Amino acid sequence: MLKIEKRAVDSRWMQLGSPLIATVLTLITGAVLFAALGHDPFNALYTFFVLPVSDLYGVTELGLKVTPLLLCAMGLMLCYQAKVWNIGAEGQFVIGALGGGIAALYLPSLGAASLWVTLLFGILAGMAWSALAALLKTRFAANEILTTIMLNYIALNLMLYAVHGPLKDPSGFNFPESAMLPANTMLSTLIDGYRLHVGFLIALLAMVSVWVVSARSMIGFQIKVLGEDERAAAFAGFSTNKLVWYVLLISGGLAGLAGIAEVAGPVGQLNPYVAAGYGYSAIIVVFLGRMNPVGILIASALLALTYMGGEMAQMQLGLPKSLTGLFQGMLLFFLLACDLFISYRVTWSQMKRVEV
Amino acid sequence: MDIDLIANILFATLRTGTPLILIALGELVAEKAGVLNLGQEGMVLMGAVSGFIVATVTGSLTLGVFAAIAAGLLMSLLFGVLAISLVSNQVATGLALTIFGTGLSAFVGASYVGQGIEGITPWIVPVLSDIPLVGKALFAQDPLVYLSWVLFIGVYLFFKKSRGGLVVRAVGENPEAANAVGMKVTRVRYAAVLFGGAMSGLAGGYLSLAYTPLWTEGMSAGRGWIALALVVFASWKVSRVMLGAYLFGAASIMHLVLQGLGFEVSPNLLAMLPYVATILVLMILANDAAKAKLNTPLSLGQPYRPQV
Amino acid sequence: MYQIQLDSITKAYPGCVANNAVSLSVREGEIHALLGENGAGKSTLMKIIYGVVAPDAGTMIWRGQPVTVKGPNHARALGIGMVFQHFSLFETLTVLENIALSLPKSFSKDKDALKQKILDVSAKYGMLLDPDRYVHSLSIGEQQRVEIVRCLLQDVKLLILDEPTSVLTPQEVKVLFNTLQTLASEGCSILFISHKLDEVKSICTAATVLRGGVVTGAFDPRVTTVDEMAVAMVGADTPLDQHYPRATGQEVFLSLANLSCTTYDPFGVSLSNLNCQVKAGEIVGIAGVAGNGQEELLSLISGETLADDASMVCFDGHPVAKSGPGERRSLGLGFVPEERLGRGAVPDMSLADNALLTASAKGLVTNGLVDNKAVKVFAKKVVDSFNVKTASILSQAKSLSGGNLQKFIIGREILQAPKLLVCSHPTWGVDIGAAIQIRHSLIALRDQGCAVLIVSEDIDELYALCDRIGAICDGKLSPIRNTDEVSLTQLGKWMAGEMTPSNEVVETAHA
Repeated sequence: MLKIEKRAVDSRWMQLGSPLIATVLTLITGAVLFAALGHDPFNALYTFFVLPVSDLYGVTELGLKVTPLLLCAMGLMLCYQAKVWNIGAEGQFVIGALGGGIAALYLPSLGAASLWVTLLFGILAGMAWSALAALLKTRFAANEILTTIMLNYIALNLMLYAVHGPLKDPSGFNFPESAMLPANTMLSTLIDGYRLHVGFLIALLAMVSVWVVSARSMIGFQIKVLGEDERAAAFAGFSTNKLVWYVLLISGGLAGLAGIAEVAGPVGQLNPYVAAGYGYSAIIVVFLGRMNPVGILIASALLALTYMGGEMAQMQLGLPKSLTGLFQGMLLFFLLACDLFISYRVTWSQMKRVEV
Repeated sequence: MDIDLIANILFATLRTGTPLILIALGELVAEKAGVLNLGQEGMVLMGAVSGFIVATVTGSLTLGVFAAIAAGLLMSLLFGVLAISLVSNQVATGLALTIFGTGLSAFVGASYVGQGIEGITPWIVPVLSDIPLVGKALFAQDPLVYLSWVLFIGVYLFFKKSRGGLVVRAVGENPEAANAVGMKVTRVRYAAVLFGGAMSGLAGGYLSLAYTPLWTEGMSAGRGWIALALVVFASWKVSRVMLGAYLFGAASIMHLVLQGLGFEVSPNLLAMLPYVATILVLMILANDAAKAKLNTPLSLGQPYRPQV
Repeated sequence: MYQIQLDSITKAYPGCVANNAVSLSVREGEIHALLGENGAGKSTLMKIIYGVVAPDAGTMIWRGQPVTVKGPNHARALGIGMVFQHFSLFETLTVLENIALSLPKSFSKDKDALKQKILDVSAKYGMLLDPDRYVHSLSIGEQQRVEIVRCLLQDVKLLILDEPTSVLTPQEVKVLFNTLQTLASEGCSILFISHKLDEVKSICTAATVLRGGVVTGAFDPRVTTVDEMAVAMVGADTPLDQHYPRATGQEVFLSLANLSCTTYDPFGVSLSNLNCQVKAGEIVGIAGVAGNGQEELLSLISGETLADDASMVCFDGHPVAKSGPGERRSLGLGFVPEERLGRGAVPDMSLADNALLTASAKGLVTNGLVDNKAVKVFAKKVVDSFNVKTASILSQAKSLSGGNLQKFIIGREILQAPKLLVCSHPTWGVDIGAAIQIRHSLIALRDQGCAVLIVSEDIDELYALCDRIGAICDGKLSPIRNTDEVSLTQLGKWMAGEMTPSNEVVETAHA
């Protein structure tokens, strides 16, 4: 009889193997799905996962999409290590975009410094938004999952209000979008003729910084203890409230930075579609990346690819773009199922008499 | 405000509150059994899209409603396999279910966006529906609104009177002890989760077949999450779910009231109201924490696997 | 006639054989002791009889017929009742609801009839109960009564009790024994799991001893000496009970002054006016039945809960009741909580990380960055000096046995040279070898001049270790007196809440 039993010690191999197996299972399921829809599965998978990055343009576009995912995910990583379930990266991203965008559009020009002011406002706006969640959690014991989700919806509506109302570009043919940002508030591109911008390097820098905090610092250790075992954290004297504020502010700041980098980068103006679900996809990135910076970088690339694959499948195969969300959801599901085998294993059980 | 406006506001409040009642009742049962399913939003969307497609293709609204329920059931079964049988983290699994359901519903419903359908029509009770003020709200609703009342009473009596209700509560409080005295913990938890899925699916069907008879991506607009907050707000008491749902229903249709009073406010700002209300409710609950603790299912969110 | 006969029952878990060809027979009307150290396999065997766990091999004969118990419901239908060590009760339900849930539907249909039956049975056996009370409002002893009455309602032929006396005051134990003897005289068999030999000698008429999952002896406790049974239980090569000389403390280190704390937790206990002093170079013990305020008291001393007035808790004269655990550690506090996994140590983290958990202020962190080398050196030192058996300091805490993990935690605290060590249940669930080592190190710490406070439910251990002793009941503390002047009867009265004023006079005289 097939039996699932608990391992005495967690399997390190499965820790790393699980995301790989999940990815393979997603690809297989995807192939079946494509076949069921009447497409050649190999060609479809090729179109989805390979074609988008088959030239330099594709690779730089991948980097462009990795940027917001990586920034959001590194902040969420700290939150989830502390088991602070911040689902609000999407809202913090939008508010960051809005705050930074307003600064760029309305503050007097400071020359080259305007870019830094813009980014700073984006970060602060994102932090302010996550600070609301921190306040609600530490002062009112409100569940952060619910508050951050609600704040996401509120943020989106604020953005809608802004671009339909006060921020609407008077010369924009009544589209719900702001005027274009001034040139001195825009992030410069890395390669001429491609959209990949300095924000990508900032994201890598942020990744390394968060890595140091998480892996080497005492605060990072405290965050992990809090997440693993709240009572042990209290016993050791780590302040739960302080750590909650800390992880939420960092993650809000990074998500806000991601938001303004998107506006001051490829988008160039405020519109309701800037977030594009990066804040939600970053959640999958963190789980898939094993809450480990290198893993998160790789997972960001994979998730970025699902965005591009969705667009490519729409153009080439006439499939809905929402394929992206489907693949992302499947990936996370398979991952969670595979994770069972980190602390459990499958055995054949038989009636046996143990010799004395 | 004239009396017709008030009657209409009451009518709309009850309609808007209905999907919240359905989702929250389902989630309440699941949580009472100790399972936290954050996948409501995904299940509602799958219910909405499945109900809409089946109703469009077959032309039968009844089949549509059943399809919506079936979709919710299947989604919750998926959750159950992961979170109950494979003891995965319930928070992560619920989030995955929402992300997956959002993606899948958008995918399968892509070609149905913008199509219209003849929605479920109200059952108007003669005479009674002419009662001033409340007649329209109570006796001129569509059958799913009436069904939500029946389900409400059913769940209320289940916990109040039946042994099954006791078993669910026992499993949710202490699965280990429940197993030790011979209850089938896994089976009870599956049943509770499946009930929650069916209710969310039904709520989705209500949205796409009765409330606004059409399908758009993400049309649940966070109702699954609001319903989750509602369960906390109700501190796991069935009787308070209905009250909460209608309060939220009222908050969601504030634009009707304001328009009636002649105010002009941005629809985007008004659309925030239910979300702001949810946060306010969560804040107010903080003062009640000790009392809520008595009602919170003690094993909520903790996976359990009997050792054999 | 035999009520139950087990033949060669075997049950293995990954990494350990809990029961290895265990055979055991219980006669009708017999009070049969199942003896063994922690981890000997007693609980697993009981769960097999009750159908909670399925054996890998072996047969069970119930009243002459071979049976396979399919589950607890089946066991109850056969006439087997079980009282668990950690009760299988639901705190948010009433007594009546709890009992109804474990009975067949036919029983629970008529609520009033069931209520009357509960009252009848509980009166008959001297275990008074109010069926409408919520279980969380009952004392531990009352909760045990609910479990027992629940079994008695169903015409029980074999009643299994897993360490029933460990949660009772000495007086409550007497009441329980009377009930058990009444039951036995009516023909009911009783399987009594224990590791307390004097209890077994006073009530049981047969005994089976388990060690490491194997039967190592079967005795008639009425004629066998305690020493013979002890050797079967722990092996001939393990040193038995130790006697430690008493010590007198010097200057006061810990003082609790009118410590009060109101809890808003519906499952918690409020403390009122606790007064107690622990001096350097002495061990003070606080006895008490679980759930009488021990947790609240301990977390007020550790700093996990803060009091309203800073002077309610003083370390060496410094008021600390409003300071967090970190500050208190810097003043010399070491703390060993009751829960080893999930408070004293993080289960999924390595021993090295768990060493850092409370020792971070001892030079393991520089400029906010963790000095991994120093952490490893410290963890290695704990493992070596306290003889912790582990594959490596990188092993997860949860992979260690209870005894080894407890040695690690106590070692971690002691090696930080505390001036006050607070220990909750220091040897609970620990094998005898580790228990003896832990007691030795506590005594050695005392002799070095550390103030030691032990809170425990194990009265024997408190008598063995403590220089002064008291008890806590319902959030109130008895006087603390020299251990040798406190009789077991007196301690039992304190544990039950009878804290007569005359004793306070004696306390003043001693202080």
